[in-house]
Amino acid sequence: MVEMSGAKAFVEALEREGVETLFGVTGGAVLPICDELWNSDLRFVMARHEQGASHMADGFARASGRAGVCLATSGPGATNLVTGIATANIDSSPVVAFTGQVPLSMVGTDAFQEVDIIGITASATKYNIQVRRPSEIPPAVKSAFYIASTGRQGAVLVDLPKDTQIDIEEMEFPEKVSFRGYELNPEPNPREIDWASTLLSKAQRPVIMAGGGIIAANASEELIKLADMLVAPVATTLMGKGAVPSDHPLFAGLCGMHGTGEANMLVTDADVLLVVGSRMSDRTTARLEDFSPGAKVIHIDIDKSEVDKNVETVTRVIGDAKLALGGILERLSKMAVDRKTNGVWLKKMEKFREQYAPPDLSENPHMRAPAVMKSLRKALPRDALVTTEVGQNQMWAALYFDAYAPRTFFSSGGLGTMGWGFPAAIGAKAAKPDLPVVDIAGDGSFGMTENNLATCVEEDLPVVVVILNNRMLGMVAQWQRLFYGRRYMAVELGKTPDFVKLAEAYGAVGVRPENLEEFERAVKTAVDDNVTTVIDVMIDPEENVFPMVPPGKGLKDILVEAD
Amino acid sequence: MTQLSTIAFLVENKPGVLFKVSNLFRRRGYNIESISVGPIEDSDLARMTVSVFADSRELNQIVEQLDKMVDVVKIKRLDPMRSIMREMLLVKLDTSDPMAREETLRHVNSFHGLILHIDPDSIIAEITGEPAAIDEFIEKTRSIGIEELSRTGVTALEKGGLKL
Repeated sequence: MVEMSGAKAFVEALEREGVETLFGVTGGAVLPICDELWNSDLRFVMARHEQGASHMADGFARASGRAGVCLATSGPGATNLVTGIATANIDSSPVVAFTGQVPLSMVGTDAFQEVDIIGITASATKYNIQVRRPSEIPPAVKSAFYIASTGRQGAVLVDLPKDTQIDIEEMEFPEKVSFRGYELNPEPNPREIDWASTLLSKAQRPVIMAGGGIIAANASEELIKLADMLVAPVATTLMGKGAVPSDHPLFAGLCGMHGTGEANMLVTDADVLLVVGSRMSDRTTARLEDFSPGAKVIHIDIDKSEVDKNVETVTRVIGDAKLALGGILERLSKMAVDRKTNGVWLKKMEKFREQYAPPDLSENPHMRAPAVMKSLRKALPRDALVTTEVGQNQMWAALYFDAYAPRTFFSSGGLGTMGWGFPAAIGAKAAKPDLPVVDIAGDGSFGMTENNLATCVEEDLPVVVVILNNRMLGMVAQWQRLFYGRRYMAVELGKTPDFVKLAEAYGAVGVRPENLEEFERAVKTAVDDNVTTVIDVMIDPEENVFPMVPPGKGLKDILVEAD
Repeated sequence: MTQLSTIAFLVENKPGVLFKVSNLFRRRGYNIESISVGPIEDSDLARMTVSVFADSRELNQIVEQLDKMVDVVKIKRLDPMRSIMREMLLVKLDTSDPMAREETLRHVNSFHGLILHIDPDSIIAEITGEPAAIDEFIEKTRSIGIEELSRTGVTALEKGGLKL
């Protein structure tokens, strides 16, 4: 036991968790902490707005697999974090957020910069807690990291009243914490493994749906082995992109509202559907009545509340995806697996693939978004990290940018947070400084958090931003075009800003390529020089993302062009 | 089919937990019919009993989502056949009319209730019973004139060897 201030204990607790970097914006209610950071080796990456800091922590977490940390002051600092906290939590990304708070004696008095951040974030976090005395800080920090990064990962917030940072108390740093109401059960039940294996062994038309849980559990290897053994096509959710390399022969692509025809049709026709680590969100399933109607659904998930929430299952395996898939592989290897019908099923897969093949755009003189995605892939090394913003850019990236490995493609799936991709890319760069990091952006999304260019330049965290610039809030415009009689309300962004000049104003590089060749060169230069570069790619404002399942329709009702 | 179900669970007895539990019901759109809370013996846990209108799938989700909360230690759906469920009612009846007073006493007696307070113009009675019995008592005394009432919400224990 040693005597020290809460702030000093806080910094020491972070160091004991192995934290090296935190993202944040300072302020009055975290001054004691900042003063202690002065004495430490922790890297404080200054965002220009707390939302950026929260997304940076999220990007860091997704790229590294370790909890990302962000810090903000009380009041507006705390509320500005909320979007990032909610984004991380719904996508099961381990983020630990710390907020300053007014001194305990003033809590509840509507003091300057006081906000009830515990109340505000109660339904957007996995857990949150307000510290009531300095000696509670070390166990609170330990608990926050423990809860955020175990089980189904998520966001945890710790609120730190200013007096608990200042006051001195005897401190004890626990090696472990436990909660009576939070038990980890990663080990799947062998009976559930047996049932799932038996069903899979008898499947004639098996399909695997790979969600983000595969990536969180580092279970790609097992997933690919199982797909190969069963000769089962793999569709992924947006969060599962990268779980199977895009060039694997059994990879069917994204399933859902903007899924590939191949993935959507295979899922619709499956007789056994193995879902692994997915919330089965409405964007993935489309109309539930038409979702895989003939399939017996098996659901593997670490979070049992996700099973039967949206899609009814025949059997479930509760536990860690890596252990569950490993168990199924082992069980299947001892069973006679009937793969006689594989040929027929694979032929069907090929048929769908041909039927829904995207048009060849390589000869098109315009910069078409899908072609830009293909060029970007060519210009980047295989291990480059890519984030996306939200909207058309996100769906073009999901459909046409190939990802080859887990933790190389990141997107705000659940919350769909515009402005997420750029700061998340900065966080990813902080986690993996040796890899090139690219944010695939739209002009609307990038505009929401573009001020983080200052962070890139000042903190030497160079990322490349590729703006698919259609001077539109493109996805909303697409819906207005297709379903609202082209009445473009509140989607036209006009000619401003000039993103090349904007980049230059921040001391970054700005480029506006005229064709795909120039574009590829610009990407390569940016990566080779390792400098923050904004590549402004002007695309046709009328371009739609296809394929698309219109809202309220089933997975098989695929639009491939505007009528 | 929607029906009234009762869930019992143990939570960490500390500030903010009741808020988080009720916030979960609000956030997911579940309607709490009643909730009762109190500390349990020799422990820093509290026991909550919630009754809620839900179909079986929704009820499943409610239990799973509550179970997922860090502050919820144990949870169980109570089988009404294997549980004792009780609720308490305090009711103030307008008894300025002597006939009303007589009728009140008769109803309270037939429900094995207690008369807690008598004023010239009113009586406060306590009735304990299954929620349906409380409903029935209220129905029967409505014509007398209910000035005010307060129900505690359901609290319950399982029979025999069953335990939360």
